[in-house]
Order: sequence, then C-alpha cells, then structure tokens
Amino acid sequence: MNLATKDIRHNLGRFALTAVGIGMLLMVVMGMGGIYRGVVEDATLLIDNVGADLWIVQRDTRGPFAELSRVSSNLVYRAKAIPGVQTSREFVYHTIQRQRGGTPVRIAVLGLSCPTDRGEWIPLTAGRPLGQAHFEMIVDRTLGMPVGEQLTLGKETYTVVGITSNMISSGGDGLAFFTIADAQAIQFETPGEAVRLERAARESRGEDFELAIQQPMILDNAFRPSAQLPGVARPQVSAVVVTLLHGTDVESVAETISGWGDVSVFTATEQRELLLKGSVEKVRRQIGLFRVLLTVIAAIIMALILYTLTLDKIHSIALLKLIGAPNSVILGLILQQALILGFVGYGIAYLLGQQLFPKFPRRVILADSDLLQLAAIVLGISVLSSFLGIWKAMKVSPNEALS
Amino acid sequence: MTAAVSKPNNAIDAVGLTKIYGSGNTEVVAMRDATMHVSQGEVVALLGPSGSGKSTFLTSVGLINSPTCGQISIGGRLIQDGETAHVNLRSFRRQHIGFIFQKSNLIPFLSAVENIQIAMELNGESKRAARQRALTLMDYLGVADRADNLPSMLSGGQQQRVAVARAIANQPSVILADEPTAALDGHRGRQVMELFAKVAHEQGAGVIVVTHDHRALDVFDTIYEMEDGLLRQQSSHSLAAQSQAD
Repeated sequence: MNLATKDIRHNLGRFALTAVGIGMLLMVVMGMGGIYRGVVEDATLLIDNVGADLWIVQRDTRGPFAELSRVSSNLVYRAKAIPGVQTSREFVYHTIQRQRGGTPVRIAVLGLSCPTDRGEWIPLTAGRPLGQAHFEMIVDRTLGMPVGEQLTLGKETYTVVGITSNMISSGGDGLAFFTIADAQAIQFETPGEAVRLERAARESRGEDFELAIQQPMILDNAFRPSAQLPGVARPQVSAVVVTLLHGTDVESVAETISGWGDVSVFTATEQRELLLKGSVEKVRRQIGLFRVLLTVIAAIIMALILYTLTLDKIHSIALLKLIGAPNSVILGLILQQALILGFVGYGIAYLLGQQLFPKFPRRVILADSDLLQLAAIVLGISVLSSFLGIWKAMKVSPNEALS
Repeated sequence: MTAAVSKPNNAIDAVGLTKIYGSGNTEVVAMRDATMHVSQGEVVALLGPSGSGKSTFLTSVGLINSPTCGQISIGGRLIQDGETAHVNLRSFRRQHIGFIFQKSNLIPFLSAVENIQIAMELNGESKRAARQRALTLMDYLGVADRADNLPSMLSGGQQQRVAVARAIANQPSVILADEPTAALDGHRGRQVMELFAKVAHEQGAGVIVVTHDHRALDVFDTIYEMEDGLLRQQSSHSLAAQSQAD
C-alpha cells in the first residue's frame, strides 16, 4: 500500500495548492535561467550571425558592442588587400531612441554594406531583404512595425521591407537593418540650421585664409555638403568585418592587421568573449546570483512545507510506529511525498513557463541542459528538504499515538 | 526484584516491573514491582483510578515504553530486561501484539478496510490476501458495509470495531486494550469485551484490558487492580486457571 499517495489523495486540495505554489516558485527559478540564457544569446547573436572571422575596430577599444568605436571607411580596402581575405565590409552599429505613436522606441541601428550585403543572411519571417541603396529597413518583430510601415528618422523616411525575429542587441533593443549610408545618415543626422551655421562658420574661417583669398572657388566649395568636400573625410564606420578564404590562418591575418597603428583586431571568438565578459558580465552574474538565491529559497520553502505536512500527520506516524511499521515505511512516506511534490511542481513550472515566458519583453530561452540541470536540482531539493520532516518523524515516539 | 518466572504456555510474563520518571526532587515512581502472568486464552481486566499507573504498565508490556527495571517475557521468550531489549521491539510488536485504545486511533487518510489491511501488509502479507482477510474481519465485526469509508465517516462504535479488527488481524499472541469501550454505549461496550474474550479463546491470545467499566467484569478471567503504582490481583478466578495450566 502506498501511504504517500493515499495521504495526498486525502488532502488533494491542499496538496494541489502547495504544488502550484512550489511550481510557481520553480517557474521563477526556471525563468531566471531562461533570462540568463536569453541575455547571453542576444548578446552573441549578432556576432554569430554576421559571420565575420575578424573584427577590425578603433585602436585600443573593445569594438562597437562594448564602447564607441570609429574607424575610417577606407579601412575596408586596406583589409581587402591582405592575402587570404575573402570579403571586407563596413559595419555601422549604434542605438537610437525615437518617439513612435507617442511612445519611446529604442532601436539598435545596424548598417549593411549594400549592395554586397543586402541582408540575405537575416532570417526573415515576412517581407524581403533590402532592395535599394536607401530608405528601406528590415526590423525585428519586437519593434512592432509591420511590413510597409514608414518611420521618419531625421530628414528621411524609411519603409519596413522585411521582418525578422530574435534579432536583439545586448541591451535588449530590437535591431533595425539599414544600408551603411542610411545608418550613417541616421547617426550623423544634423538639423538644417546647424548645417547653415556650420557653412557660415566655414566661410568666415575661409575669408581669413590666404589660400581662399587667392582661390575664391574654395569659399564656394565651403557651401557644399560636407560629404562632397575633398578635404573632409567620409563619415567613419564602427568597425570593418572581414571574412577569410577557406583554409586561411586567422591568427596570421590578425597578426598582420594588429601591426597597423590605428586599429585593433579581434577574432570572432575574442569579440564574443569580450562581449560576455564586458557588457553582459554584470547582468549575467546578477541573474546567476539571483537564481542561486531563488533556488536556496525554494529549498527552504519546500523543506518547511514538507515539515508542516509531516507535523500534520505526526499522530498517524506515531500510530504506524506503534503497530510496528519499520522506519523505511515512514521514511518512504515522507520522501515519496517530497519527490511527488517536486515532480508535480516542476511540471507546473514548465507548463506555466511555456505559456508565460513568450510574453516577456526579453527572450527567455529554456535550454534542454538548463531544464535537466533544474530537474536534478529539484530532485536534490526534494530529497534534502524531506530530511527535516524525516528527522521529525524519526524522533516521534509511538507513545504520541496514545496521547 | 522479583525473580523472573516465565512459562512457555504463558502469553505474558511481566515480572517486577518498575518505572521511574525523572530523578532527584522530580522523581516519580509510576509503577512499583508489578508482576502479572497471563496465560494463553486468558482475558485480564486491569482496574484502577486515573494516574494509578495502568497505562504505564500497559505500555511497558506492549513494548512501547521500557521499564526502569523488571522483565517482560512473551510466549516464554524474554523480550525486555529492564531497559535492555533482546529483540527489535517494533518488529516484535508488529508480529505479536495488537493494540486498541480509548480513542479508535485509525489512520485518517486510509479507508476502514485499508486501516486493517496496513497492519497485515506491514507484517508481510500480500495486498490481496490482506484485503480479503480485512473484509472478512469487518464482516465478522459487523462493519463490512463501511469498508471503503474514511474513519471520519464512521461513528465512534464503528471506528472502535475497525480498531479491534486491526488489532486482531495478525493473530497476535498478546492483545492490549486501554479503555476500549470508553467511547461506546453499554451494549456496544459489552459486545467488544465479549469479542476480546472470544478472540482470546479462539486464538489463544493473552488479553489485558484496562477498563473503568464495571458492568462487563464477568467477561474477564482475572481482575487486577492498580493503585499508586502497585499492582495486585483481585480475583481468585485466574489462580484456578493458572493452577489448571500448571
């Protein structure tokens, strides 16, 4: 006769409520693990998807994901010239915050080196890749923009042509893919008045400049847009990403580039590590510690619940001892209930999580390894937390059945 | 201390049992040099006022509490010598002793039949055989129709009969009852007492019943009285039985 299930059946309502409580607690533990995975996954998603072998960034910086990085766009041609380099592309990445429909929306802007890269590698759930050099964008679904929606950024209006999913920055903002030129235009957007003032200042400086006196055309040129001035550099990019020919030694190419005094170079693995140990590290540790705390709390609560459940049937336990039940029967009663509680709680946690986690603002990824790990932890907690109840049950004298 | 006297055909031999609680100024002697011999098939009543030591004696003989000194033999086998046990007491209780108490003491989350069944299953009986015998016993005691009811759904008398069934389910050699009829009316109380006598005679078990109910004393073979921890035999009825056994 299975006493554990008999007792549960007798107190089904209370047991069910307890299991739901434990389940919700375990769901939070499960969710914290999923959020942790989501943060790591989101942080490294872009690096993994861009598929670059090397990242060339501003000297002594850690790249566009960790801090501000500016390199000359002509670095693309220098990199392309190195033997073994297959492609070399500009990479522009920055975050903006704008109003949309009266609410603030944060967008991680990423520039694609169009026409080489039109975003064919981006997994689309709707629409198409970029089709022209300007005024189109592909957005992550978390930004809530349907295909065809138009968004004005600065002086230009951009149309959503494609929707992707799970393209999130390490800060949790949805990504929007533009051409490099558009991404730079958004980044360096200057109001008309500021442009006019800059031109006036340029002319004023030019009037005192001897060369301008000798060559009046220089002052005429000063009125032209900055990008058309030969003496003004093209806007800088965040990084240059390089892919290598199959069989090329990554380290040797990286060594060549690291010899250049104006840039630093990282392999994809290094960039990934930098990201995980840099911007994501504190969040990762915080969530990790919180998860440990929650697990300990879950263990304590389970122990108290099992202890209370044991106290509730202490008279029955004393009676069982009185009629000669061996310790194994009593131990089995408490341990089986602990395991059933843990198992049912875990099941509830999983089912509830499946319903609730997709509604979270950031991705919650329930990895199989994490689920297995939590199952093992719940098993351990169930066994450990039953010790308090078992200890109490073992101490009970058969005499208590007579009182 | 009284010398140990045990006979193989005696169900119970309690010799010189003394129980002292506490020490120094707080010392309480609950039972002094109590001796009782119960033959197989003999039904003994134990009378006495509250606090006289009856329950202490019963729990000592039932191997629940160790006496401070004295010996307990069951079926001629020395089980307890002072605080030293010669067998696994819990296992021995399971196999050889049946208990009935003032309150029915049924396990609340088991049905009536399961309360009887559990005693047999713990003793190694198969689930099927245990259930069958439990139902037979319930039928014998007139509560078969309440087999699947939980104890909370039974009346006091029905609960007590289920407890009796559990006590005799393993055909113990010793049955100990502590005021088993306290919750029953006179008629039901007498029925239970007669049942003990019947079981004792049929199974050859030694039965000790602590009772305040003087209306059914004629059922008992021997009557003991306990006062201030001292046990003394009241009737010569059992002496005759003892001499016959000798």
